Amino acid sequence: MNVHEFQAKSLFAQFGVPVPRGKEITSPDAATAWADELNTPVFVVKAQIHAGGRGKAGGVKITKDKAAVAGLAKELIGKTLVTHQTGPKGRQVHRLLMEEGANIAKELYLSILVDRDTGRPTFIASTEGGMEIEEVAAHTPEKIIKEAIDPAVGFQGHNGRNVAFALGLQNIEPAVINPFVKMLENLYRLFMEKNAALVEINPLIVTKEKTLVALDGKVSFDDNGLFKHEDVQKMRDLNEEEPLEIEAATNNLNYVKLDGNIGCMVNGAGLAMATMDVIKLAGSEPANFLDVGGGATKETVAAGFRILLKDPNVKGIFINIFGGIVRCERIAHGVIEAAKEVKITVPLVVRLQGTNADEGRKLLAESGLKLEVANDLWEAAQKIVKLTGNAA
Amino acid sequence: MSILVNKNTRVVVQGITGKEGSFHAAQCKAYGTKVVAGVTPGKAGQEVEGIPVFNTVADAVKKTECDTSLIFVPPQFCADAILEAADAGIKLVICITEGIPVNDMVKVKRALRGRDVRLIGPNCPGVITVDEAKIGIMPGFIHKKGVVGVVSRSGTLTYEAVHQLSTLGLGETTCVGIGGDPVNGTGFVDVLPLFEKDSETQAIVMIGEIGGDAEEKAAEFIKKNVKKPVISFIAGITAPPGRRMGHAGAIISGGKGTAAEKMNTLEAAGVKVVKNPAEIGAAVKQALGR
Repeated sequence: MNVHEFQAKSLFAQFGVPVPRGKEITSPDAATAWADELNTPVFVVKAQIHAGGRGKAGGVKITKDKAAVAGLAKELIGKTLVTHQTGPKGRQVHRLLMEEGANIAKELYLSILVDRDTGRPTFIASTEGGMEIEEVAAHTPEKIIKEAIDPAVGFQGHNGRNVAFALGLQNIEPAVINPFVKMLENLYRLFMEKNAALVEINPLIVTKEKTLVALDGKVSFDDNGLFKHEDVQKMRDLNEEEPLEIEAATNNLNYVKLDGNIGCMVNGAGLAMATMDVIKLAGSEPANFLDVGGGATKETVAAGFRILLKDPNVKGIFINIFGGIVRCERIAHGVIEAAKEVKITVPLVVRLQGTNADEGRKLLAESGLKLEVANDLWEAAQKIVKLTGNAA
Repeated sequence: MSILVNKNTRVVVQGITGKEGSFHAAQCKAYGTKVVAGVTPGKAGQEVEGIPVFNTVADAVKKTECDTSLIFVPPQFCADAILEAADAGIKLVICITEGIPVNDMVKVKRALRGRDVRLIGPNCPGVITVDEAKIGIMPGFIHKKGVVGVVSRSGTLTYEAVHQLSTLGLGETTCVGIGGDPVNGTGFVDVLPLFEKDSETQAIVMIGEIGGDAEEKAAEFIKKNVKKPVISFIAGITAPPGRRMGHAGAIISGGKGTAAEKMNTLEAAGVKVVKNPAEIGAAVKQALGR
């Protein structure tokens, strides 16, 4: 789960990581009121959406004029920002972060995540603050500093010193070395205690006043750890999520919307991805990833149908089930019952394989439903592509 | 011969009195697996499908000499359950449970380092040595004794591959599901050498997916150490970046972990990469010259 910058920064503050004074703003009046209270030479107004590249898209405004903040807030709220991470449709702005400006002496990059290779929480740092870290890693990998933390003992001072000296803080500003080490310790605590998946500060700045400030902040959380944190769950912003994905999640379905036109419904994540891939091989594009889980029932299949049919791009549906413990004839019953409840308006191909597949296919064939039955994966993919008129 | 588990493996099921635990304990037992014990704290003295239940894994080990654990306990208690098994002297821990917090697995992985215990999973279908022992949730009947070793990050996609191998008459030796989580106990590089050494295994099917660099590590290992033919499918060529595709570990992040990258790396290491998941079996058949 992702959260907004203002939420990330409130967590930073809670864990002793310095951030600019700022507040979430949802109206021009609130902007004016906060500007009075903030009373600072430079005001920064930042659109809050779950995507990077806001600055380039015109989502960050800076002004020295206190009277101008209401106008900037009015301009940004409701505006749709298109960045390299939002896709062409962009994302509408519903809230802002308004904070004091800072005197930047040096920009750094700092993040912590679990390195999948070592299975350890690992800090990543770079002197190339403000840049996309992927770009830095691709073009100047020698500028990427990594420091793994031993989870058995937790963060140690030397972990922080290793990063500080590798960054050259002794040359940039020696006064910030100790605060930097303390900041890493606090970030490690935040990362572990809140079950974060990523904590990123880009840029982390050294100010002309010789302090450290997290000028931007991004935190995402491990969905599997959310049950431990009610405070984090409350930070969820449904405006930032695809409505069909929210509906799927409430039905315990794993759904990701894509741009193609063949809707697929599959049991198991790996097979669901393979089904998308085979649709492409057959000459079309998948409209979604949808894993109905190991125990596909009438209810889950019906919910799946409803979600797939709400996507106007869907021109055909491909159900691919490998019956294991769940028997195919039960799934066939589920499809038949669900198809009665939900009016299926597009071609449907059902491929059943595994436990009692013959019986399941027979049930479907005799159901009177308008659908094609298949037993082979490739044959099924070709069928649905042909039926939707996209044969390669 | 086979790898990891065989007809002498003695299994304890942790979480045996739960819905999943009791169902699958019975299924494993029906396949012929020696399921000798179950554990649910506070339920010692009960029986599930004729399997005695103990309060602790240590008790189960003492009374039944079980050496392998199969875990079905809910995700929030899994780290504890895995470490309990390890502390009780269990040598192979197979964790089926999906949804364990990554930070829990970070601690578990560190705690197991250097100890004489192997963890398979979590979030996996388990391990099966055909006609000897089924320790997991896979449908036993699709398997057929044969010559192909299977190692995979996926569940149903593995069944798909196994079905093809069985239908073509090739059959399998052992199938190992290493799971779909970003931090897991056993990787491709841990299983590949076991198959390479196994006298019955003639070819290896490796099923990967987007996310992480387990496949790239495997490619490096195969190039140096594996003489047997390796056939691979990587799921997720159509997966968009930055989105988690069901499995917690199936995500392309920062442009890394794409299917195309993995396929290229594996091909460069001499692995036969199949683009169409319906052709995994046929590719193995061809590689074996049958």
